[in-house]
Amino acid sequence: MTETMEIEQERHVLVIFPHPDDEAFGVSGTIAVHTERKTPVTYACLTLGEMGRNLGNPPFATRESLPDIRKAELQKAAEAIGIQDLRMMGLRDKTLEFEEDQKMMDLVTDLITELNPSLIISFYPGYSVHPDHEATARAVVRAVRAMAPDKRPKLHCVAFANNTLEEIGEADIRYDIQHVYEKKMNAMKAHISQTIWMLKELESGVASEGSELHDRFNYEHFWTYTFDEKDKVSHIKN
Amino acid sequence: MEPILPEKVQELINKFADEEIYLHMETTNGAYASHFNEKFFSAGAYIRNAKLTYEHGKIVGDGPFRVGLKLAIGWVYAEGLTHYGFDEEGHLLLAGHDFDGKLAVALEMGKTPFK
Repeated sequence: MTETMEIEQERHVLVIFPHPDDEAFGVSGTIAVHTERKTPVTYACLTLGEMGRNLGNPPFATRESLPDIRKAELQKAAEAIGIQDLRMMGLRDKTLEFEEDQKMMDLVTDLITELNPSLIISFYPGYSVHPDHEATARAVVRAVRAMAPDKRPKLHCVAFANNTLEEIGEADIRYDIQHVYEKKMNAMKAHISQTIWMLKELESGVASEGSELHDRFNYEHFWTYTFDEKDKVSHIKN
Repeated sequence: MEPILPEKVQELINKFADEEIYLHMETTNGAYASHFNEKFFSAGAYIRNAKLTYEHGKIVGDGPFRVGLKLAIGWVYAEGLTHYGFDEEGHLLLAGHDFDGKLAVALEMGKTPFK
């Protein structure tokens, strides 16, 4: 396993994910480290997770009330990890891959132009499972790829498809985030409508060091995206 | 939402008959089904704010329930419905929640568009 490394000092971190809670699972510890250093962090959350399926039985929410619940959870989670610039981009859950590819790319380009981030955190295209994750990842890669190579921010990606290790290997970045464990936990708890099942599991499982669940809450992993032969994202056809 | 009372829901369905309504319908096994079980064939369908008029509608079954709406030249139906309720705008919400509390199917209708 890759050894842990220090998180570099950044100028501005731009986090782009499609669903409230995407930031909590994989990267909230890393974000908390940046915000503790007073590094500006912008989180662009593309949808409100309107299509979430965990509504309970008996139900605690409906298809129509869920967006407002998840919006409030997102705001609480952002607060828990010190994000001051939270942007809700107003797209709809499960529809991102059907949007115009150019519109998706432009959305990312506009954020980069405005914020001039030194690091972007998003999903890894091809290895992020959910169609919205993949559509987000493609848009981010296309936007960064269109920049002059020496102007591009670093791109750190989250991958979790079953074939990840086999095809793109282990993450090249591994951060120990145990010192911000509480903040990560609070971000997870903020998304209670989505995480209650996992949190119950966690209470019993987290203590056992070496378990997958323990690892997930104490370390965070990223694959650095490189614009070489590993870049498989297609160009937009006109 | 409350567990479906078929007589009550039948009354509500009758109220929307012969009126122009906006309809939301979805069925899904979740975007992660094939991730957790690679042998699982993932399928779903979604339609939001379809504008239509039905001649009559019927709720059938002992629970979970089935609802069918007969259109002038077609049909809408959903199965696996367990709960009913309303949103703030008075849309009728019918939903089917599985044994883990996950939404499996939804059929919703009202006289104004859904957000």
